[in-house]
Amino acid sequence: MRTFVSVTGLRKSYGAHRVLDGIDLTIPQGTVFSLLGPNGAGKTTTVQILSTLIKADAGEIWVAGHDLAKEPDKVRAAIGVTGQFAAVDSFLTGEENLRLMADLLHLGRAKGRRRVRELLERFDLTDAARKPAVTYSGGMRRRLDLAMTMVGTPRLIFLDEPTAGLDPRSRRTMWQIVRDLVQQDGVTIFLTTQYLEEADVLADRIALLSQGRLVAEGTPEELKRMVPGGHIVVRFADPDGYRRAAGHVGATSSNDAALTVQIPDSGGVRTLRKLLEWLDTHAIDVAELSMHTPDLDDVFLTLTQEPSTKEPSR
Amino acid sequence: MRAITDSATMLRRQVKHIWRYPTLILTFASVPVVFLLLFVYVFGGTMGAGIGADRAAYVGYLTPGIMITTIVGAAQGTAISVATDMTEGIIARFKTMAIARVSVLTGHVLGAMVQTFLAIAMVTVVALLIGFRPSASVLDWLGVVGVLAMFTFAITWLSVALAMVTKNVATASNLPMPLMLLPFLGSGFVPTESMPAGLRWFAEHQPATPVIETLRALLAGRPAGSSFLEAAVWSAGIALVSYLSARRLYNR
Repeated sequence: MRTFVSVTGLRKSYGAHRVLDGIDLTIPQGTVFSLLGPNGAGKTTTVQILSTLIKADAGEIWVAGHDLAKEPDKVRAAIGVTGQFAAVDSFLTGEENLRLMADLLHLGRAKGRRRVRELLERFDLTDAARKPAVTYSGGMRRRLDLAMTMVGTPRLIFLDEPTAGLDPRSRRTMWQIVRDLVQQDGVTIFLTTQYLEEADVLADRIALLSQGRLVAEGTPEELKRMVPGGHIVVRFADPDGYRRAAGHVGATSSNDAALTVQIPDSGGVRTLRKLLEWLDTHAIDVAELSMHTPDLDDVFLTLTQEPSTKEPSR
Repeated sequence: MRAITDSATMLRRQVKHIWRYPTLILTFASVPVVFLLLFVYVFGGTMGAGIGADRAAYVGYLTPGIMITTIVGAAQGTAISVATDMTEGIIARFKTMAIARVSVLTGHVLGAMVQTFLAIAMVTVVALLIGFRPSASVLDWLGVVGVLAMFTFAITWLSVALAMVTKNVATASNLPMPLMLLPFLGSGFVPTESMPAGLRWFAEHQPATPVIETLRALLAGRPAGSSFLEAAVWSAGIALVSYLSARRLYNR
């Protein structure tokens, strides 16, 4: 796969506060890359630099084969940004917003009109096309926002918290839209999000940012393997069984009131089979048994730290 | 070329805003109309005597000053609308697009000029209704429009620059406030000769006075003389400095 974004040694400080302290990134074309991190870790700053909004202090950035420092307009022509706070003009209608983009991109009258119609259709906004965006629901605004980004057929889209504040249904719609962008249009996606489930569902690769540095990078599965946290939880049917089993099954923690024990899962199915055999041999009744694999929450909480000072909100 | 087409696109955006919220123009026109009525009907008798004539003649004396009041009043509205716009996500979007960067601001300036001119037209109609009788020829009227356009252009760029100084909408709305004093501390309402020495010096050397004097002369069908040149130089200077600082502030 061709590399679409490559970043080496990216640094940025606001005064004495070092926001980004040497970031290296590589994003292959046509993939979803997700940058995760606690508030103030430097996610927004990274997006702002890569999308040409602010300048880096140091580092080399190549986007779509162009040096960002030398040819920002070439980079701008290849990217689209869908921001945290939907970047639409609330006073204009959905259609006018899209026309505005078409005009700014010099698509020409006929082509612009056709593109606007296609996008209204594709993002399910045809019925609301002539209503001012101020009357749109949160999900509709995000869809319009993304449709505006798509007018210029960008090859890299920055999605900065694309589903923040959306209800579960709208969130799922956005996820499907993002998948289609990658699969149908071959767009490369740079995603930041607070919802780890979202990164897990969408991202091919994830990087964890903590205090201005990348602390881990890999596929969601690779990251989950980096942290302990897989375990089996057994709830016993009666206090007697609980008492007899608690000391013998290798539990790391137990709860007398709930009659549960937690057993670290080191060997996957083998651990489970041994446990079940032991319970069977000793004729102990189990009310409930569940297996927990580490999720990105575990990864996030283990690998990242709260920043000591807040990132300036600009 | 790109700058012109992109500015035209941004102007269309502003015109749509104006079209959707036409009451803003009424807001721009209302303060000057109130001033006009106050100064004609409350102070007009005394003021008329002060300029050696009567209330009817004072309407003619006052109208150019009220036109300038309209321009500086609208500047405040422009600053608010630009500062508000700058807080919107769409500005970040524009900045990440390969467009002529300054076109966002040019669009605001041209849109605000359209609004200001509509407000001036309304104020002028009210003045005509209450007895303003200009004796300007067609050519004089063209001159009036030209001088108004020059000064509006300058003050609008100034208000855009002031709006960019702060990211805070409330502050941005206060910064152009002192401009409201310009017609008062000039020849807008009373002749400068009636002022004490220090104030009179200021009144005769500030930008609004030559503009008002030019308008007054043209509307009365008299030649504007050197005040026209002065007005043009002031307008060009304010416009240039404001344009450059607004552009620098926008790009920071």
